[in-house]
Amino acid sequence: MNAVISTLPTTHADTRMPLRRVIGAYLEEARAECLRYLRSPGFLIPTVMLPTVFYLMFGIVLGRANGADAPRYLLAAYGTFGVMAPGLFGFGLALSMERDNGLMMLKRALPMPPGAYLLGKMVMAMLVAATVSVLLLLMATFMAHVPLTAPQMLSLFVTDLFGVLPFCAMGLLLGTLIKGQGAPSVVNLIYLPMAFLSGLWFPLSMMPKLIQQLAPVWPSYHLNQLALSAVGLGQSASWPHVVTLLVYTVGFVMLAARRLRKFG
Amino acid sequence: MNTTAIPVARLASVVKRYGALTAVDGLDLMLHRGELLALLGPNGAGKSTAISLLLGLVRADAGQVELFGQDPQQLVARRRIGVMLQSATLPPTLRVGELIRQIASYYPAPRSVQESAELAGVTDLLRRPYAKLSGGQQRRVQFALALCGRPELLFLDEPTVGMDIEARQKLWAAIRHLIAEGCSVVLTTHYLEEAEALADRVCVMARGKIISEGTVDQLRARVALKRVRCITRLDIAAVSVWPEVVEARRDGERLWLSTASAEALVRRLLDADAQLSELEVQRAGLAEAFTELTREADASAEPQREAA
Repeated sequence: MNAVISTLPTTHADTRMPLRRVIGAYLEEARAECLRYLRSPGFLIPTVMLPTVFYLMFGIVLGRANGADAPRYLLAAYGTFGVMAPGLFGFGLALSMERDNGLMMLKRALPMPPGAYLLGKMVMAMLVAATVSVLLLLMATFMAHVPLTAPQMLSLFVTDLFGVLPFCAMGLLLGTLIKGQGAPSVVNLIYLPMAFLSGLWFPLSMMPKLIQQLAPVWPSYHLNQLALSAVGLGQSASWPHVVTLLVYTVGFVMLAARRLRKFG
Repeated sequence: MNTTAIPVARLASVVKRYGALTAVDGLDLMLHRGELLALLGPNGAGKSTAISLLLGLVRADAGQVELFGQDPQQLVARRRIGVMLQSATLPPTLRVGELIRQIASYYPAPRSVQESAELAGVTDLLRRPYAKLSGGQQRRVQFALALCGRPELLFLDEPTVGMDIEARQKLWAAIRHLIAEGCSVVLTTHYLEEAEALADRVCVMARGKIISEGTVDQLRARVALKRVRCITRLDIAAVSVWPEVVEARRDGERLWLSTASAEALVRRLLDADAQLSELEVQRAGLAEAFTELTREADASAEPQREAA
């Protein structure tokens, strides 16, 4: 009997994956995703340079001219501006490109754990957001001499770090909607006006009434209110903004998931 | 014990429509362990759709699709396959070694980076960024990614496009090595000599169906036939029962005959009809037989379409 059994072709090494290897797959995916973008100057330079150079120009060089609180205000605002980009571009644009060039299809055919793709991109976006946040905090402290307490710094850092997530979700949805050559301009056409309309470049109080009233529509407005609270310029309670951002995140992800299931 | 009888991959009466277009129309396909199946057919024949169904990328509208007796959309089933798609742009800034490491991490018991690279012949490229490689080198790297998970079933979609002859033969040798280890392969290719060099079984697809299936020898036997064309008064029904004639049909005033012994047939034709004219004898190459097969399928589909 034994002999008979041993001549049967062995059903292959078990296809059950030990938990350790599943976690390993998630880590490898995140590692590859980070490496890939860190080596890609076309992505990294604009996402890191834009907010820091803007802060240097408008927050530090011209900052004092705009009032004593300007460097502090713009630290929060450019932080928000800075963390929108890795979400919208690193997530959204990358997804739309990978749907276009076949990589997405290959990964769906491969036994990649379902969440690894999204988690890898999320980790990458958070890493870039953290970098932008730290750079801005260093510039604020050492170049603009904004007096910040340690809890304020930490609070802004955490706001920026997690603030990238609603924009990852928004990017995810955008990535399922747009495709091909025009995708970068579409993302920019959403990114830049949204930043302006949320009061990231000029305080909302300087803007027409209509824009002020429209501001709560934009996720970036809510993140900016949280960032302002973090540096001690808060004008209202934080929790409504946190809830709004959560609702946006969940909504974007659900819409994106529906589109991905339908159209791949 | 039943597990041994489960085919590696199976399509049973599968239908897949894209809007008004029926890409796959009642397809039956079975793949066994250690077998290399070549899927041939003109563009739009339904090859890619058949592969997409087996990879779980699209869902069938009707029929059954199984990988190792499971739904291909199940991760456990796909952990036993390796995939090389025709068009996939891999991250350009990642190095070859990093790519292999990343893809291998999806599998329960993968090969080492070194072993994968050796099998695919890319050991000298491990430290190079993917974007810096030539088209043929990129193809070899994609092959390394397909085999790194120690798959039991490999999907190779036009694997040697863009390769020079030497690289192509090295890849063929690697594929034979994997088959000898018990791996099964589904190969789609435009190069008939590739199917000839590797395949145990060849399926020719047209219009979403399999129109011819058999071993390479059987396909070659069809190819060994010669084609005799002429204008004659002879009746097609009478000619088609001659032992020399494999197949007869009429095209306008011409009679088309397939035969294994052209000389004997021509002698008999000339004896039977002294006024016979425009006599032509042609040898059909593998490529011609293939085109012929698919054209026949097209022709037979024509009346149905008109009826519909």
